[in-house]
Amino acid sequence: MEEKVIMAGFGGQGIMAIGKLLAYAGMLEDKQVSWLPSYGPEMRGGTANCAVIVSDEAVGSPLISKDGTAAIVMNLPSLSKFENELVPGGKLIINKSLIDVEPKRKDIEVYYVSANELAAELGNPKVANMIMLGAYVELTKIVEIDSVLHAFLKVFGENKTHLVPLNKDALLKGAEAVKVRA
Amino acid sequence: MSKVLMKGNEAVGAAAIKAGCRYFFGYPITPSSEIPEYMSKALPEVGGVFLQAESEVAAINMVYGAGGAGARVMTGSSSPGISLKQEGITYAAGAEIPCVIVNMMRGGPGLGSIQPGQADYYQSTRGGGNGDYRTLCYAPASIQETVDYVMLAFDKADEYRNPVLICADGMIGQMMEAVEFKENLNKNLPAKDWATTGTKGKREKNIVNSLFLEAELCEDHNIRLEKKYKLMEENEVLYEAFGLEDADVVCVAYGTTSRIVKTAIKLAAAKGIKVGIIRPITLWPYPYAIYKDINPNCKGILGVEMSQGQIMDDIKIGIEGRMPVYFHGRTGGMVPTPAGILAEIEKIAGGTK
Repeated sequence: MEEKVIMAGFGGQGIMAIGKLLAYAGMLEDKQVSWLPSYGPEMRGGTANCAVIVSDEAVGSPLISKDGTAAIVMNLPSLSKFENELVPGGKLIINKSLIDVEPKRKDIEVYYVSANELAAELGNPKVANMIMLGAYVELTKIVEIDSVLHAFLKVFGENKTHLVPLNKDALLKGAEAVKVRA
Repeated sequence: MSKVLMKGNEAVGAAAIKAGCRYFFGYPITPSSEIPEYMSKALPEVGGVFLQAESEVAAINMVYGAGGAGARVMTGSSSPGISLKQEGITYAAGAEIPCVIVNMMRGGPGLGSIQPGQADYYQSTRGGGNGDYRTLCYAPASIQETVDYVMLAFDKADEYRNPVLICADGMIGQMMEAVEFKENLNKNLPAKDWATTGTKGKREKNIVNSLFLEAELCEDHNIRLEKKYKLMEENEVLYEAFGLEDADVVCVAYGTTSRIVKTAIKLAAAKGIKVGIIRPITLWPYPYAIYKDINPNCKGILGVEMSQGQIMDDIKIGIEGRMPVYFHGRTGGMVPTPAGILAEIEKIAGGTK
Protein backbone atom coordinates (compact mmCIF):
# COMPACT_ATOMS: atom_id res chain seq x y z
CA MET A 1 0.00 0.00 0.00
CA GLU A 2 1.30 3.43 -0.89
CA GLU A 3 -0.43 6.76 -0.34
CA LYS A 4 0.93 9.83 -2.11
CA VAL A 5 -0.92 12.90 -0.94
CA ILE A 6 -0.48 16.54 -1.84
CA MET A 7 -1.60 19.08 0.74
CA ALA A 8 -2.02 22.64 -0.43
CA GLY A 9 -3.44 25.99 0.63
CA PHE A 10 -2.47 29.48 1.84
CA GLY A 11 0.55 30.00 4.06
CA GLY A 12 -0.87 30.06 7.59
CA GLN A 13 -3.60 27.45 7.10
CA GLY A 14 -1.43 24.80 8.74
CA ILE A 15 -0.74 22.85 5.57
CA MET A 16 2.85 21.95 6.45
CA ALA A 17 1.70 20.99 9.96
CA ILE A 18 -0.90 18.42 8.86
CA GLY A 19 1.65 17.00 6.44
CA LYS A 20 4.14 16.52 9.27
CA LEU A 21 1.45 14.96 11.47
CA LEU A 22 0.55 12.44 8.79
CA ALA A 23 4.20 11.57 8.15
CA TYR A 24 4.93 11.24 11.86
CA ALA A 25 1.82 9.11 12.41
CA GLY A 26 2.90 6.82 9.58
CA MET A 27 6.37 6.51 11.11
CA LEU A 28 4.86 5.64 14.50
CA GLU A 29 3.02 2.80 12.75
CA ASP A 30 6.35 1.54 11.30
CA LYS A 31 5.52 2.63 7.77
CA GLN A 32 8.02 4.27 5.41
CA VAL A 33 7.35 8.00 5.11
CA SER A 34 8.59 11.16 3.45
CA TRP A 35 7.49 14.80 3.77
CA LEU A 36 8.63 17.21 1.10
CA PRO A 37 7.72 20.90 1.29
CA SER A 38 7.64 23.37 -1.53
CA TYR A 39 10.36 25.85 -0.67
CA GLY A 40 10.20 28.30 -3.51
CA PRO A 41 10.02 32.05 -2.98
CA GLU A 42 6.23 31.72 -3.37
CA MET A 43 6.08 30.47 0.23
CA ARG A 44 6.25 33.96 1.65
CA GLY A 45 2.62 35.06 1.97
CA GLY A 46 1.54 32.93 -0.96
CA THR A 47 0.61 29.32 -1.46
CA ALA A 48 2.07 26.53 0.63
CA ASN A 49 2.13 22.88 -0.27
CA CYS A 50 3.80 19.66 0.70
CA ALA A 51 3.94 16.11 -0.59
CA VAL A 52 3.60 13.28 1.91
CA ILE A 53 4.20 9.63 1.08
CA VAL A 54 3.21 6.83 3.44
CA SER A 55 4.14 3.39 2.21
CA ASP A 56 4.74 -0.22 3.21
CA GLU A 57 7.92 -0.20 1.11
CA ALA A 58 10.87 2.19 0.88
CA VAL A 59 9.77 5.50 -0.60
CA GLY A 60 11.05 6.05 -4.15
CA SER A 61 10.65 9.54 -5.52
CA PRO A 62 9.59 11.85 -2.67
CA LEU A 63 8.16 14.16 -5.29
CA ILE A 64 4.58 13.70 -6.50
CA SER A 65 4.17 14.32 -10.22
CA LYS A 66 0.98 13.12 -11.92
CA ASP A 67 0.97 10.12 -9.60
CA GLY A 68 -0.77 11.45 -6.48
CA THR A 69 -3.31 9.13 -4.88
CA ALA A 70 -4.96 12.03 -3.05
CA ALA A 71 -4.92 15.80 -2.67
CA ILE A 72 -6.17 18.02 0.13
CA VAL A 73 -6.81 21.50 -1.27
CA MET A 74 -7.70 24.32 1.06
CA ASN A 75 -7.89 27.27 -1.32
CA LEU A 76 -8.83 27.99 -4.93
CA PRO A 77 -5.32 28.40 -6.47
CA SER A 78 -4.42 24.99 -5.04
CA LEU A 79 -7.36 23.31 -6.77
CA SER A 80 -6.36 24.46 -10.23
CA LYS A 81 -2.69 23.77 -9.54
CA PHE A 82 -2.98 20.24 -8.15
CA GLU A 83 -6.07 18.46 -9.52
CA ASN A 84 -3.98 17.40 -12.51
CA GLU A 85 -1.37 15.74 -10.27
CA LEU A 86 -3.78 12.93 -9.34
CA VAL A 87 -3.99 9.49 -10.90
CA PRO A 88 -7.39 8.49 -12.31
CA GLY A 89 -9.53 7.44 -9.35
CA GLY A 90 -7.46 9.61 -7.00
CA LYS A 91 -9.20 11.32 -4.09
CA LEU A 92 -9.60 15.10 -4.12
CA ILE A 93 -10.72 16.64 -0.84
CA ILE A 94 -11.88 20.21 -1.33
CA ASN A 95 -12.33 22.85 1.34
CA LYS A 96 -15.83 23.96 0.34
CA SER A 97 -15.66 26.96 2.66
CA LEU A 98 -13.15 28.72 0.41
CA ILE A 99 -13.59 27.00 -2.96
CA ASP A 100 -16.85 27.56 -4.82
CA VAL A 101 -15.93 25.93 -8.12
CA GLU A 102 -15.88 22.28 -9.10
CA PRO A 103 -12.79 20.49 -10.37
CA LYS A 104 -12.51 20.06 -14.15
CA ARG A 105 -11.61 16.37 -13.99
CA LYS A 106 -14.36 13.78 -14.05
CA ASP A 107 -12.18 10.71 -13.50
CA ILE A 108 -11.39 11.33 -9.82
CA GLU A 109 -13.30 10.95 -6.56
CA VAL A 110 -14.25 14.36 -5.18
CA TYR A 111 -15.19 15.09 -1.57
CA TYR A 112 -16.35 18.46 -0.26
CA VAL A 113 -15.69 19.47 3.34
CA SER A 114 -16.74 22.85 4.75
CA ALA A 115 -13.63 22.95 6.90
CA ASN A 116 -13.80 26.57 8.05
CA GLU A 117 -17.48 26.35 9.10
CA LEU A 118 -16.89 23.05 10.89
CA ALA A 119 -13.87 24.54 12.66
CA ALA A 120 -15.97 27.53 13.71
CA GLU A 121 -18.52 25.11 15.19
CA LEU A 122 -15.71 23.79 17.39
CA GLY A 123 -14.97 27.35 18.45
CA ASN A 124 -11.51 27.57 16.84
CA PRO A 125 -11.03 28.50 13.16
CA LYS A 126 -7.39 27.35 13.34
CA VAL A 127 -8.33 23.65 13.27
CA ALA A 128 -9.76 23.74 9.73
CA ASN A 129 -6.59 21.93 8.64
CA MET A 130 -7.21 19.14 11.16
CA ILE A 131 -10.75 18.75 9.85
CA MET A 132 -9.34 18.22 6.35
CA LEU A 133 -6.79 15.73 7.69
CA GLY A 134 -9.56 13.87 9.55
CA ALA A 135 -11.53 13.54 6.31
CA TYR A 136 -8.43 12.23 4.50
CA VAL A 137 -7.62 9.67 7.18
CA GLU A 138 -11.24 8.45 7.17
CA LEU A 139 -11.23 8.01 3.40
CA THR A 140 -7.89 6.22 3.18
CA LYS A 141 -7.52 4.57 6.63
CA ILE A 142 -3.79 4.99 6.03
CA VAL A 143 -3.13 5.66 9.73
CA GLU A 144 -5.15 5.52 12.96
CA ILE A 145 -6.56 8.75 14.41
CA ASP A 146 -4.77 7.86 17.66
CA SER A 147 -1.44 7.81 15.83
CA VAL A 148 -2.11 11.33 14.53
CA LEU A 149 -2.80 12.51 18.08
CA HIS A 150 0.34 10.77 19.34
CA ALA A 151 2.25 12.47 16.51
CA PHE A 152 0.69 15.80 17.55
CA LEU A 153 2.56 15.70 20.86
CA LYS A 154 5.79 14.61 19.15
CA VAL A 155 5.63 17.41 16.57
CA PHE A 156 4.35 20.24 18.78
CA GLY A 157 5.65 19.14 22.18
CA GLU A 158 4.17 17.73 25.39
CA ASN A 159 3.30 21.27 26.52
CA LYS A 160 0.52 21.24 23.91
CA THR A 161 -1.27 18.33 25.61
CA HIS A 162 -4.21 20.61 26.46
CA LEU A 163 -4.87 21.06 22.73
CA VAL A 164 -5.24 17.33 22.04
CA PRO A 165 -9.01 17.11 22.80
CA LEU A 166 -9.80 20.02 20.43
CA ASN A 167 -7.68 18.50 17.66
CA LYS A 168 -9.22 15.08 18.22
CA ASP A 169 -12.69 16.62 17.87
CA ALA A 170 -11.56 18.30 14.64
CA LEU A 171 -10.20 15.05 13.18
CA LEU A 172 -13.44 13.21 14.07
CA LYS A 173 -15.61 16.00 12.67
CA GLY A 174 -13.69 15.85 9.40
CA ALA A 175 -14.07 12.07 9.31
CA GLU A 176 -17.80 12.40 9.92
CA ALA A 177 -18.16 14.93 7.11
CA VAL A 178 -17.01 12.43 4.48
CA LYS A 179 -18.74 9.45 6.10
CA VAL A 180 -22.12 11.12 5.57
CA ARG A 181 -21.40 11.76 1.92
CA ALA A 182 -20.21 8.21 1.25
CA MET B 1 17.44 4.51 19.89
CA SER B 2 14.01 5.05 18.39
CA LYS B 3 13.26 6.75 15.12
CA VAL B 4 12.56 10.46 14.80
CA LEU B 5 11.17 12.45 11.88
CA MET B 6 13.77 15.02 10.84
CA LYS B 7 14.43 17.51 8.10
CA GLY B 8 17.64 16.73 6.17
CA ASN B 9 19.42 19.94 7.14
CA GLU B 10 18.64 19.46 10.82
CA ALA B 11 19.69 15.82 10.60
CA VAL B 12 23.08 16.97 9.22
CA GLY B 13 23.57 19.09 12.33
CA ALA B 14 22.41 16.40 14.74
CA ALA B 15 24.63 13.79 13.09
CA ALA B 16 27.67 16.07 13.21
CA ILE B 17 27.23 16.72 16.92
CA LYS B 18 26.71 13.01 17.53
CA ALA B 19 30.03 12.43 15.70
CA GLY B 20 31.80 14.81 18.03
CA CYS B 21 31.74 17.97 15.93
CA ARG B 22 31.88 20.95 18.28
CA TYR B 23 32.59 23.79 15.86
CA PHE B 24 30.48 25.09 13.00
CA PHE B 25 31.26 28.12 10.88
CA GLY B 26 28.94 29.14 8.10
CA TYR B 27 26.76 31.63 6.36
CA PRO B 28 23.10 30.89 5.58
CA ILE B 29 21.86 30.16 2.06
CA THR B 30 18.71 28.47 0.75
CA PRO B 31 18.22 25.46 0.68
CA SER B 32 20.74 24.71 3.46
CA SER B 33 19.98 27.47 5.98
CA GLU B 34 18.54 25.10 8.58
CA ILE B 35 22.06 23.65 9.07
CA PRO B 36 23.44 26.85 10.66
CA GLU B 37 20.03 27.49 12.27
CA TYR B 38 20.15 24.07 13.97
CA MET B 39 23.80 24.42 14.95
CA SER B 40 23.25 27.88 16.43
CA LYS B 41 20.86 26.31 18.92
CA ALA B 42 22.36 22.86 19.43
CA LEU B 43 26.12 23.52 19.60
CA PRO B 44 26.07 25.85 22.64
CA GLU B 45 24.04 23.18 24.47
CA VAL B 46 26.98 20.75 24.20
CA GLY B 47 29.68 23.32 24.92
CA GLY B 48 30.48 23.86 21.26
CA VAL B 49 30.88 27.01 19.20
CA PHE B 50 28.58 28.20 16.44
CA LEU B 51 29.74 31.24 14.58
CA GLN B 52 27.97 32.93 11.70
CA ALA B 53 30.87 34.20 9.64
CA GLU B 54 30.79 37.41 7.62
CA SER B 55 31.05 35.35 4.45
CA GLU B 56 31.57 31.84 3.14
CA VAL B 57 35.24 32.64 2.54
CA ALA B 58 35.68 33.60 6.18
CA ALA B 59 33.76 30.50 7.30
CA ILE B 60 35.97 28.01 5.44
CA ASN B 61 39.10 29.69 6.78
CA MET B 62 37.72 29.41 10.32
CA VAL B 63 37.21 25.71 9.53
CA TYR B 64 40.88 25.59 8.46
CA GLY B 65 41.90 27.07 11.80
CA ALA B 66 39.76 24.80 13.96
CA GLY B 67 40.65 21.69 11.95
CA GLY B 68 44.33 22.65 12.10
CA ALA B 69 44.04 22.76 15.89
CA GLY B 70 42.68 19.22 15.82
CA ALA B 71 38.99 19.93 16.42
CA ARG B 72 36.12 18.18 14.66
CA VAL B 73 34.66 20.98 12.56
CA MET B 74 32.07 21.39 9.83
CA THR B 75 30.70 23.98 7.47
CA GLY B 76 27.64 23.70 5.29
CA SER B 77 26.25 25.70 2.40
CA SER B 78 24.66 25.40 -1.02
CA SER B 79 26.23 25.60 -4.47
CA PRO B 80 27.18 29.32 -4.83
CA GLY B 81 28.39 29.31 -1.23
CA ILE B 82 30.42 26.17 -1.83
CA SER B 83 32.04 27.86 -4.84
CA LEU B 84 33.21 30.61 -2.53
CA LYS B 85 34.79 28.02 -0.23
CA GLN B 86 36.91 26.38 -2.92
CA GLU B 87 40.09 28.26 -2.08
CA GLY B 88 39.78 27.17 1.54
CA ILE B 89 39.13 23.57 0.52
CA THR B 90 42.28 23.31 -1.60
CA TYR B 91 44.29 24.93 1.23
CA ALA B 92 42.82 22.38 3.68
CA ALA B 93 43.63 19.55 1.26
CA GLY B 94 47.19 20.87 0.87
CA ALA B 95 47.70 21.32 4.60
CA GLU B 96 45.94 17.98 5.26
CA ILE B 97 43.31 19.38 7.56
CA PRO B 98 40.42 17.07 8.46
CA CYS B 99 37.05 18.79 8.05
CA VAL B 100 33.56 18.12 6.72
CA ILE B 101 31.88 20.32 4.11
CA VAL B 102 28.19 19.82 3.34
CA ASN B 103 26.77 20.96 0.01
CA MET B 104 22.99 21.03 -0.43
CA MET B 105 23.25 21.53 -4.17
CA ARG B 106 20.89 23.87 -6.02
CA GLY B 107 20.41 25.00 -9.61
CA GLY B 108 23.34 26.85 -11.21
CA PRO B 109 25.53 28.29 -12.65
CA GLY B 110 26.13 31.48 -10.68
CA LEU B 111 23.35 32.27 -8.24
CA GLY B 112 21.09 29.99 -10.30
CA SER B 113 17.92 28.93 -8.53
CA ILE B 114 17.11 27.77 -5.01
CA GLN B 115 15.57 24.45 -6.08
CA PRO B 116 17.50 21.14 -6.06
CA GLY B 117 20.41 20.50 -8.43
CA GLN B 118 23.32 18.11 -9.00
CA ALA B 119 25.40 20.24 -11.30
CA ASP B 120 28.30 20.56 -8.84
CA TYR B 121 29.47 17.05 -9.76
CA TYR B 122 32.55 18.25 -11.63
CA GLN B 123 33.37 20.74 -8.89
CA SER B 124 33.05 18.04 -6.22
CA THR B 125 34.83 15.17 -7.97
CA ARG B 126 37.41 16.97 -10.11
CA GLY B 127 38.39 19.53 -7.51
CA GLY B 128 36.95 23.04 -7.47
CA GLY B 129 40.19 24.54 -6.27
CA ASN B 130 43.73 24.53 -7.67
CA GLY B 131 46.33 21.82 -7.53
CA ASP B 132 46.52 18.03 -7.44
CA TYR B 133 44.07 17.16 -4.69
CA ARG B 134 41.10 14.92 -4.06
CA THR B 135 38.27 14.98 -1.57
CA LEU B 136 36.19 12.01 -0.48
CA CYS B 137 32.68 12.77 -1.58
CA TYR B 138 29.53 11.08 -0.20
CA ALA B 139 26.16 11.41 -2.00
CA PRO B 140 23.37 10.29 0.36
CA ALA B 141 19.96 9.39 -1.07
CA SER B 142 17.86 9.57 2.09
CA ILE B 143 17.88 11.38 5.40
CA GLN B 144 19.03 8.16 7.10
CA GLU B 145 22.00 7.93 4.73
CA THR B 146 22.71 11.62 5.26
CA VAL B 147 23.02 10.99 8.98
CA ASP B 148 25.12 7.85 8.51
CA TYR B 149 27.55 9.42 6.02
CA VAL B 150 27.93 12.70 7.88
CA MET B 151 29.02 10.66 10.90
CA LEU B 152 31.31 8.48 8.78
CA ALA B 153 32.72 11.61 7.08
CA PHE B 154 34.21 12.84 10.36
CA ASP B 155 35.99 9.52 10.93
CA LYS B 156 37.28 9.42 7.35
CA ALA B 157 38.44 13.04 7.54
CA ASP B 158 40.50 12.17 10.62
CA GLU B 159 41.70 8.83 9.24
CA TYR B 160 43.08 10.39 6.05
CA ARG B 161 43.71 13.94 7.31
CA ASN B 162 41.63 15.22 4.42
CA PRO B 163 38.53 17.37 3.77
CA VAL B 164 35.41 15.26 3.12
CA LEU B 165 32.42 16.51 1.13
CA ILE B 166 28.78 15.58 1.58
CA CYS B 167 27.09 16.20 -1.78
CA ALA B 168 23.36 16.20 -1.26
CA ASP B 169 20.76 18.41 -2.90
CA GLY B 170 18.08 20.87 -1.88
CA MET B 171 15.45 18.16 -1.72
CA ILE B 172 17.46 16.15 0.82
CA GLY B 173 18.01 19.34 2.80
CA GLN B 174 14.33 20.25 2.88
CA MET B 175 12.53 16.92 3.13
CA MET B 176 11.68 15.03 6.30
CA GLU B 177 12.09 11.30 6.78
CA ALA B 178 12.44 8.91 9.69
CA VAL B 179 15.98 8.58 11.02
CA GLU B 180 17.74 6.58 13.66
CA PHE B 181 21.08 7.69 15.11
CA LYS B 182 23.57 4.88 15.47
CA GLU B 183 26.49 4.96 17.86
CA ASN B 184 29.58 6.68 16.53
CA LEU B 185 32.05 4.34 14.86
CA ASN B 186 35.27 6.03 16.03
CA LYS B 187 37.46 3.03 15.27
CA ASN B 188 41.13 3.36 16.21
CA LEU B 189 41.76 6.73 14.64
CA PRO B 190 45.32 8.07 14.58
CA ALA B 191 46.28 10.55 17.30
CA LYS B 192 46.33 14.16 16.09
CA ASP B 193 49.96 14.69 17.08
CA TRP B 194 50.36 17.06 14.11
CA ALA B 195 47.78 19.57 15.34
CA THR B 196 48.70 23.10 16.38
CA THR B 197 47.59 22.90 19.98
CA GLY B 198 50.39 24.90 21.58
CA THR B 199 53.79 23.44 22.51
CA LYS B 200 53.63 24.52 26.19
CA GLY B 201 57.41 24.66 25.82
CA LYS B 202 57.54 20.86 25.80
CA ARG B 203 57.85 19.89 22.14
CA GLU B 204 58.87 21.14 18.71
CA LYS B 205 56.19 23.33 17.20
CA ASN B 206 53.77 21.84 14.72
CA ILE B 207 53.24 23.70 11.47
CA VAL B 208 50.08 23.25 9.37
CA ASN B 209 50.63 24.84 5.98
CA SER B 210 50.17 24.26 2.26
CA LEU B 211 53.13 26.40 1.13
CA PHE B 212 56.39 24.85 -0.16
CA LEU B 213 58.87 27.37 -1.53
CA GLU B 214 61.18 24.62 -2.79
CA ALA B 215 59.66 22.83 -5.77
CA GLU B 216 61.32 19.50 -4.92
CA LEU B 217 59.67 19.50 -1.51
CA CYS B 218 56.34 20.44 -3.04
CA GLU B 219 56.62 17.55 -5.48
CA ASP B 220 57.44 15.16 -2.62
CA HIS B 221 54.39 16.47 -0.80
CA ASN B 222 52.22 15.85 -3.88
CA ILE B 223 53.57 12.31 -4.28
CA ARG B 224 52.76 11.57 -0.66
CA LEU B 225 49.24 13.01 -1.07
CA GLU B 226 48.73 10.91 -4.18
CA LYS B 227 49.56 7.75 -2.20
CA LYS B 228 46.84 8.76 0.26
CA TYR B 229 44.34 9.29 -2.57
CA LYS B 230 45.23 5.86 -4.00
CA LEU B 231 44.47 4.32 -0.61
CA MET B 232 41.06 6.02 -0.66
CA GLU B 233 40.43 4.65 -4.15
CA GLU B 234 41.27 1.16 -2.92
CA ASN B 235 39.34 1.26 0.34
CA GLU B 236 36.57 3.83 0.31
CA VAL B 237 34.45 3.17 -2.80
CA LEU B 238 30.77 2.75 -1.89
CA TYR B 239 27.82 2.04 -4.15
CA GLU B 240 24.50 0.28 -4.42
CA ALA B 241 23.77 -1.87 -7.48
CA PHE B 242 21.14 -4.40 -8.46
CA GLY B 243 19.69 -6.08 -11.52
CA LEU B 244 22.88 -5.68 -13.62
CA GLU B 245 23.35 -9.31 -14.76
CA ASP B 246 20.20 -9.57 -16.88
CA ALA B 247 19.46 -5.90 -17.50
CA ASP B 248 18.02 -4.61 -20.79
CA VAL B 249 19.03 -1.14 -19.63
CA VAL B 250 21.14 0.05 -16.70
CA CYS B 251 20.50 3.43 -15.09
CA VAL B 252 23.21 5.32 -13.23
CA ALA B 253 22.08 7.94 -10.74
CA TYR B 254 22.92 9.16 -7.23
CA GLY B 255 21.23 11.03 -4.42
CA THR B 256 17.60 12.11 -4.82
CA THR B 257 17.66 11.27 -8.52
CA SER B 258 18.44 7.61 -7.78
CA ARG B 259 15.15 7.35 -5.88
CA ILE B 260 13.20 8.72 -8.82
CA VAL B 261 15.05 6.24 -11.04
CA LYS B 262 14.02 3.39 -8.71
CA THR B 263 10.38 4.41 -9.11
CA ALA B 264 10.89 4.43 -12.91
CA ILE B 265 12.50 0.95 -12.71
CA LYS B 266 9.31 -0.40 -11.12
CA LEU B 267 7.22 1.19 -13.89
CA ALA B 268 9.53 -0.36 -16.50
CA ALA B 269 9.29 -3.80 -14.84
CA ALA B 270 5.50 -3.59 -15.19
CA LYS B 271 6.08 -3.19 -18.93
CA GLY B 272 8.45 -6.16 -19.06
CA ILE B 273 11.69 -4.16 -19.33
CA LYS B 274 14.50 -5.26 -17.02
CA VAL B 275 16.36 -2.26 -15.69
CA GLY B 276 19.32 -2.39 -13.33
CA ILE B 277 20.83 0.47 -11.39
CA ILE B 278 24.28 1.61 -10.32
CA ARG B 279 24.06 4.18 -7.56
CA PRO B 280 27.42 5.66 -6.62
CA ILE B 281 27.41 6.52 -2.92
CA THR B 282 30.94 7.87 -3.15
CA LEU B 283 31.11 10.19 -6.17
CA TRP B 284 34.87 10.22 -5.59
CA PRO B 285 36.32 7.63 -5.48
CA TYR B 286 33.94 6.40 -8.18
CA PRO B 287 32.74 2.76 -8.41
CA TYR B 288 34.14 2.00 -11.89
CA ALA B 289 34.70 -1.74 -11.23
CA ILE B 290 31.01 -2.61 -10.86
CA TYR B 291 30.46 -1.82 -14.57
CA LYS B 292 32.13 -5.18 -15.33
CA ASP B 293 29.05 -6.92 -13.88
CA ILE B 294 26.68 -5.48 -16.47
CA ASN B 295 24.98 -7.91 -18.86
CA PRO B 296 27.07 -7.79 -22.08
CA ASN B 297 23.82 -7.81 -24.08
CA CYS B 298 22.49 -4.77 -22.24
CA LYS B 299 21.20 -2.25 -24.80
CA GLY B 300 22.59 0.83 -23.14
CA ILE B 301 23.45 2.81 -20.03
CA LEU B 302 21.26 5.73 -19.04
CA GLY B 303 22.77 8.39 -16.80
CA VAL B 304 20.20 10.46 -14.91
CA GLU B 305 21.20 13.60 -13.04
CA MET B 306 19.86 17.05 -12.15
CA SER B 307 22.40 18.60 -14.53
CA GLN B 308 23.25 18.67 -18.22
CA GLY B 309 25.12 15.38 -17.88
CA GLN B 310 28.20 15.84 -15.69
CA ILE B 311 27.99 12.21 -14.47
CA MET B 312 28.46 10.95 -18.06
CA ASP B 313 32.27 11.21 -18.04
CA ASP B 314 32.53 8.67 -15.23
CA ILE B 315 29.95 6.40 -16.87
CA LYS B 316 32.06 6.40 -20.05
CA ILE B 317 35.20 5.57 -18.06
CA GLY B 318 33.35 2.74 -16.30
CA ILE B 319 31.79 1.15 -19.38
CA GLU B 320 34.95 1.45 -21.52
CA GLY B 321 33.02 1.78 -24.76
CA ARG B 322 31.33 -1.64 -24.49
CA MET B 323 27.83 -0.26 -25.09
CA PRO B 324 26.07 2.98 -25.94
CA VAL B 325 25.51 5.59 -23.24
CA TYR B 326 22.60 8.02 -22.99
CA PHE B 327 21.66 10.88 -20.71
CA HIS B 328 18.40 12.16 -19.31
CA GLY B 329 18.32 15.09 -16.95
CA ARG B 330 16.54 18.17 -15.78
CA THR B 331 18.52 21.12 -14.59
CA GLY B 332 18.39 24.62 -13.13
CA GLY B 333 16.32 23.41 -10.19
CA MET B 334 13.89 21.20 -12.13
CA VAL B 335 13.58 17.56 -11.07
CA PRO B 336 13.29 14.52 -13.39
CA THR B 337 10.01 12.60 -13.21
CA PRO B 338 9.57 8.80 -13.18
CA ALA B 339 7.53 9.12 -16.40
CA GLY B 340 10.30 11.11 -18.14
CA ILE B 341 12.93 8.54 -17.15
CA LEU B 342 10.66 5.67 -18.20
CA ALA B 343 10.24 7.22 -21.65
CA GLU B 344 14.04 7.24 -22.10
CA ILE B 345 14.32 3.66 -20.84
CA GLU B 346 11.68 2.57 -23.37
CA LYS B 347 13.52 4.30 -26.20
CA ILE B 348 16.78 2.53 -25.32
CA ALA B 349 15.14 -0.87 -24.73
CA GLY B 350 13.27 -0.60 -28.02
CA GLY B 351 16.40 0.32 -29.90
CA THR B 352 14.58 3.20 -31.57
CA LYS B 353 16.83 5.94 -30.26
